Amino acid sequence: MGKRKLPQMTLIAVLLYALIKVLSLDSIGALNGYFMIIINRSLIFVILTVSLNLINGITGQFSLGHMGFAAVGAYVSGTITTLVLKLSPDVASSYPIFIGAIILGGIGAAIMGFVIGFPSLRLKGDYLAIMTLGFGEVIRIILNNINYVGGPRGLLGIPKFSTFTIIYAFTFFTIVLIRNLVQSSHGRAMLAVRENEVAAELVGVDTTRYKVLGFVVGAFFAGIGGGLLAHLLQIATPTQYGFYASALLLVYVYAGGMGSITGSIIAAFGLTFLSQFLQLGFDSLSNMTGINFGSEWTMVIYALLLILIMLYKTEGLMGMKEAKLLVIEEGTK
Amino acid sequence: MGSIFNTQQVINGLQLGSIYALIALGYTMVYGIVRLINFAHGDFFMVGAYASYGAFYIFNSFLGKGTPLAIVVLIFAMVAGGAIATLANQLAYKPLRYKPKLSSLVTALGVSMFLEYFFSAFPLIGASPLGFPEIIHRATFKIGSAMIDNYVIIDIVVAAILMVGLTLLVQRSSIGRAMRAVSQDKDASKLMGINVENIITWTFLIGGAFAGAAGLLSGMTYPRIDPYMGILPGLKAFIAAVLGGIGNIPGAMLGAYIMGLAETFANAWNSLLGAGIAFIILIIVLLVRPTAILGEKTADKI
Amino acid sequence: MSALLSIENMSHYFGGLKAVSNFNFEVPEGVIYGLIGPNGSGKTTTFNLITGIYRPTEGKILFDGREITGYRPYRIVHRGVARTFQNLRIFGNLSVLDNIRIARHFNFKAGLFGSLLRTPGALKEEKKIREESMQLLEVMHLQNRALEDAKNLPYGELRRLEIARALATKPRLLLLDEPAAGMNPKEVSDLMDLIRRIRDEFNVTVFLIEHHMKVVMGICERIKVLDFGETIAEGLPEAVGKNPKVLEAYLGKRGA
Ligand SMILES: Nc1ncnc2c1ncn2[C@@H]1O[C@H](COP(=O)(O)OP(=O)(O)O)[C@@H](O)[C@H]1O
Ligand SMILES: [Mg+2]
Repeated sequence: MGKRKLPQMTLIAVLLYALIKVLSLDSIGALNGYFMIIINRSLIFVILTVSLNLINGITGQFSLGHMGFAAVGAYVSGTITTLVLKLSPDVASSYPIFIGAIILGGIGAAIMGFVIGFPSLRLKGDYLAIMTLGFGEVIRIILNNINYVGGPRGLLGIPKFSTFTIIYAFTFFTIVLIRNLVQSSHGRAMLAVRENEVAAELVGVDTTRYKVLGFVVGAFFAGIGGGLLAHLLQIATPTQYGFYASALLLVYVYAGGMGSITGSIIAAFGLTFLSQFLQLGFDSLSNMTGINFGSEWTMVIYALLLILIMLYKTEGLMGMKEAKLLVIEEGTK
Repeated sequence: MGSIFNTQQVINGLQLGSIYALIALGYTMVYGIVRLINFAHGDFFMVGAYASYGAFYIFNSFLGKGTPLAIVVLIFAMVAGGAIATLANQLAYKPLRYKPKLSSLVTALGVSMFLEYFFSAFPLIGASPLGFPEIIHRATFKIGSAMIDNYVIIDIVVAAILMVGLTLLVQRSSIGRAMRAVSQDKDASKLMGINVENIITWTFLIGGAFAGAAGLLSGMTYPRIDPYMGILPGLKAFIAAVLGGIGNIPGAMLGAYIMGLAETFANAWNSLLGAGIAFIILIIVLLVRPTAILGEKTADKI
Repeated sequence: MSALLSIENMSHYFGGLKAVSNFNFEVPEGVIYGLIGPNGSGKTTTFNLITGIYRPTEGKILFDGREITGYRPYRIVHRGVARTFQNLRIFGNLSVLDNIRIARHFNFKAGLFGSLLRTPGALKEEKKIREESMQLLEVMHLQNRALEDAKNLPYGELRRLEIARALATKPRLLLLDEPAAGMNPKEVSDLMDLIRRIRDEFNVTVFLIEHHMKVVMGICERIKVLDFGETIAEGLPEAVGKNPKVLEAYLGKRGA
């Protein structure tokens, strides 16, 4: 059974890539630099959201410190590339090093995920949420106090390696790999842990292993996302990766649907764009009325959105369903 | 100075602990009754601080400064904290009462974000910190080698009075008895004719009022307020409640004083440790004993 | 007949409550063994102890001559003990097929990277698991439901799915906790046939807890009767059925 969907996915991804590239050409100018920034950010948030969904939605654990993993990725990769750039300022030839640094950042985050995964063996639900929040804060506080990485001011002067092409490729691979994992025997073991831990253990699933694995893999990709973000913004500060940034990812995951990769992709894109449009709207409202509407209003709307989703559509946009394109074979989730 | 464990630090620790205790009580009471970690609780504290700020400017012109004004402001802070907590319960938590626990937790996160960003977005308030006015004249005096000001005494005494009041309420009044019954067993309480929703409302009201009072004390003592001021004290008070066994009222008070002292000592020793000590305590407590010092034990029956 | 499962001096306390009191018994290989007793007499707790959910306060559990006391449940499953639950524990949001495949996961030989990259080796393993699982679903007459969400199945089929899922772990000992609960007479008699068939075709020893006297007397070849954590009778169905203590403590009350 089961058709191979990868060629189809790849084709669509390549076409989409080409389309965006063409539209952003100076001579066409349909997508200006401003749009490209939003697209880049959205793609990175897709990585972060999908990776959080692996922990919260697929494995049924609860991470409230997900940006802590991203911070590790950002700081590890950022430190490496700034150092390399200092030693040899030839940016073009540094791309292999950049890719390596991003992956090392992912590995660093994965190690952190391994450490943070252990409490999940003893704690559930809200206690686990608090524990991961605590870990995330500890990471932030430590970064705040390491002078080598800039303390509270953050890591400055990170080279701008994250181009649209790089980000796009990483996002594509993240989606494909996580999809492959979820729809494999290992992924089903993770889903079983979410569905019913006792039953999972009693059909022979080593639930300890799969809970920790959820955290490790999720953290790895969050680290990748953090690394890309740092090389897009050219800065990494502890506050970027604080508790509220993690909470924002949670909004994305719930809005898209816990357990649905498709939902996470749509939500990360939709909400990043929404916030930009809201910003534009508030700016013009400020111009019209003369009253200043700050960026906080966007967050007010996000917060309301989260509350409304929880009250009226707890299962989110997609529930646990996936788009056909992401389903490898029927009967899998 | 020498040792970090001197009288000055103990006094500072108790003062900080008093503020944490007032916040921790609301956390623990709400958890005891509805099993919800109310993330927005720290923001009720922030609302109390802003309400005090507003009340000061309303009443300052005809009450002057001093104790009468302070009492009026305190009442305002408590009413505001209680009102916002009750409102959050009615609008956001009540509809989710019998849904999975995590949906309430995430909703609480939403309420918290909403309050913080709404306050910082609101033109009259704004994101930047405000200096908190002096409601009672600040006077410093010396006991032994320790410098003490009257705010230390106000914080400790006001917190103590409120906590004694709460203890009496919980032990003696019919509401208190009903609260204890509901926290033991919601269904049985219903059968006994207790209006559970009513008791939950009272719990939010009292918890919010206490957080509001803490907001005033904190504003007076560390005279700067901003929309995000509730995040860290809220988390630390929550950790104090966990330390004391969440759901347990005396435990939360004890945990809060331990937290205040630990943070003060740690800060005196090293600022990194001071910033992280609360989370280190949290992680240790949760790992060693998820139900913590005075808490209950639960088992999942199979 | 050698003992597949032996319990030696096993006791278990919940706080001050003695849920299981000094159990000693053996389940011989190949039989259908029944455990009966009033509600709260410690039957489910016995299963929880055997499958490693709780560690017994005292005593030893041996499976196939080797001690398994204190093992993690999943390792006990790998040794060859599977079970169903008194209150169903199905992976409701997953498909029926996935429910079975998860139970076959212990036999999945590809590593994490194989699955991430969908290597030929991993795909071969996936195919094997899928085929085996579909076969099992056919044997259990659930093949038409394979792609449905498990939570949408009617109660009787859910019970069968849970048995199928337990069988998917290739057990030598199958523990069934009140398999006939909530079934109508027709379903009960189908279930009895199914249990006999399972024992014969899958070559498993069946150890079941049941309230339904018809089931117990009809298919069990040995019976153990509990009351308040104590064993009050043990042996062949006819003998147990005549035991005055049993009649008084259990059967008498229900007029069976
Ligand atoms: N996890 C637990 N914690 C405390 N007591 C328990 C637990 N599980 C079972 N019990 C108690 O142990 C006794 C035996 O229960 P159980 O084995 O479920 O009985 P049965 O399956 O025979 O109806 C009962 O009194 C029950 O309340
Ligand atoms: Mg039972």
